[in-house]
Amino acid sequence: MRDLQDDDARSGAGYNFAYLDEQTKRMIRRALLKAVAIPGYQVPFASREMPMPYGWGTGGVQVTAACLTPDDTLKVIDQGADDTTNAVSIRRFFARMAGVATTERTTEATVIQTRHRVPETPLRDGQILVYQVPIPEPLRFLEPRETETRRMHALEEYGLMHVKLYEDIARHGHIATSYAYPVKVEGRYVMDPSPIPKFDNPKLETAALQLFGAGREQRIYAIPPHTRVVSLDFEDHPFEATKADAACALCGATDSYLDEVVTDDTGGRMFVCSDTDYCATRREASETGDSA
Amino acid sequence: MTGHPDIGIPADTAVPAPAPLLSVRGLGRRYGTRIGCTDVGFDLWPGEVMGIVGESGSGKSTLLNCLAGHLVPDAGEVIFDTRDRGPVDVLRLSEPERRMLGRTDWAFVHQNPRDGLRMGVSAGGNVGERLMAVGARHYGRIRETASDWLGRVEIAADRIDDRPRAFSGGMQQRLQIARNLVTGPRLVFMDEPTGGLDVSVQARLLDLLRGLVREMGLSALVVTHDLAVVRLLADRLMVMKDGRVVEAGLTDQVLDDPQHGYTQLLVSSVLQV
Repeated sequence: MRDLQDDDARSGAGYNFAYLDEQTKRMIRRALLKAVAIPGYQVPFASREMPMPYGWGTGGVQVTAACLTPDDTLKVIDQGADDTTNAVSIRRFFARMAGVATTERTTEATVIQTRHRVPETPLRDGQILVYQVPIPEPLRFLEPRETETRRMHALEEYGLMHVKLYEDIARHGHIATSYAYPVKVEGRYVMDPSPIPKFDNPKLETAALQLFGAGREQRIYAIPPHTRVVSLDFEDHPFEATKADAACALCGATDSYLDEVVTDDTGGRMFVCSDTDYCATRREASETGDSA
Repeated sequence: MTGHPDIGIPADTAVPAPAPLLSVRGLGRRYGTRIGCTDVGFDLWPGEVMGIVGESGSGKSTLLNCLAGHLVPDAGEVIFDTRDRGPVDVLRLSEPERRMLGRTDWAFVHQNPRDGLRMGVSAGGNVGERLMAVGARHYGRIRETASDWLGRVEIAADRIDDRPRAFSGGMQQRLQIARNLVTGPRLVFMDEPTGGLDVSVQARLLDLLRGLVREMGLSALVVTHDLAVVRLLADRLMVMKDGRVVEAGLTDQVLDDPQHGYTQLLVSSVLQV
């Protein structure tokens, strides 16, 4: 694979394009193809050690590395933000190891790696959204045995998932699960959409390809474009995409997911868009005289 | 079955004989060279309660687990009269079909309620699980059914959101029974349902079970080593020793007039208070 190695010392001399060797990428791509062919099914793969701790997005990084081409433009999101540690370091990692262009704009990116958010700007055909997944098994906290959860997936025995929602209502009066809200993909597999807020669940039905990588748990799964994704609920307690009941203090948006920021120790707080790119784009647009 | 031509009794009576609900033939299971149970055969009729007694290690639990599909037997067949397809050999069913049967028409009451309950889930959730497993998706109705069943097993309605951990042993066992019977099964397997409970709680549980069995027309297989339990609960009795059935018959007949040496020993071993 010598011909694929980048000679430029600045972009990671001695390393293959996008850090992983070609055989590893090949293995991950095979898992990705299988995952796309069976939407929502968790495909095992031989996850590699990455130069970062588990829990920081080792799964997402491997999927991104296997998807990147030299012409791609990469955006990395951490809890909606482009400028936090995780996002900055993973973006720099790929800028150096693959020499790809990076951006903070959702519309300009071709590959977006994300931790715990889906961008507010609707994704388009041709974009790839890569999720970092801590625990891929939606049934894990209900059924600890892996052999049993696999069998439950195989036989489509998902009654237990509703037991969890039942417990929520019994204890809180409503479905209190607010992130990692379980979904059923294409009427078959129940899937954990990674810890995105349930506000983002409706956005899982999109034109972009969505890939999920769990490094420690060694699982890859996917939602192909335009796949039906239904959030589980009860007939008399339907699914609701909730957010803080406020407008963004910076851009005034009322349709985006908001972070609550404590500003002092006397109870002062403000709500701002969790998606920094969305917020910044709106503020720029209003400054230049466009409608906000 | 040729009838009596000379006195004019037809060979077939007008009313067809009902089929047995469960029919077991030549069932056997070995653990290596040792015998778990071997050559067990019997019929269980709708609405009938059959007791299986015997000492520890006589193969009672092996038999029950083989019948309920928890263990794969080496030989024999288990014919169950399903609602929609008539008699089928459950050992030849595919796994999804068998598991479906396991949560609709069958129920299994474990000796230790911890094995049969989800300890981290509230009482209502425990009872509702089987309903949700067969497709119930209306919270209000699930909860209504759950509280109705808690009432039927004498658990106060205000305990519906408590975890089974907060329940006494007897209450846990009653909760397990409610959880199993909520889908209206036709066949219940019980593995020492009164084991580990004190006698007054045992008596109440037996009363309750007897009432439910009569009321719902359940068939049941009860494994126990407590002869008092079978005397109260079972219509018929099977005595097992060393993996074989040594005696079978009506409960009172077997207990009052035991024929086999082991049964005689068993009956005479009961302490008279």
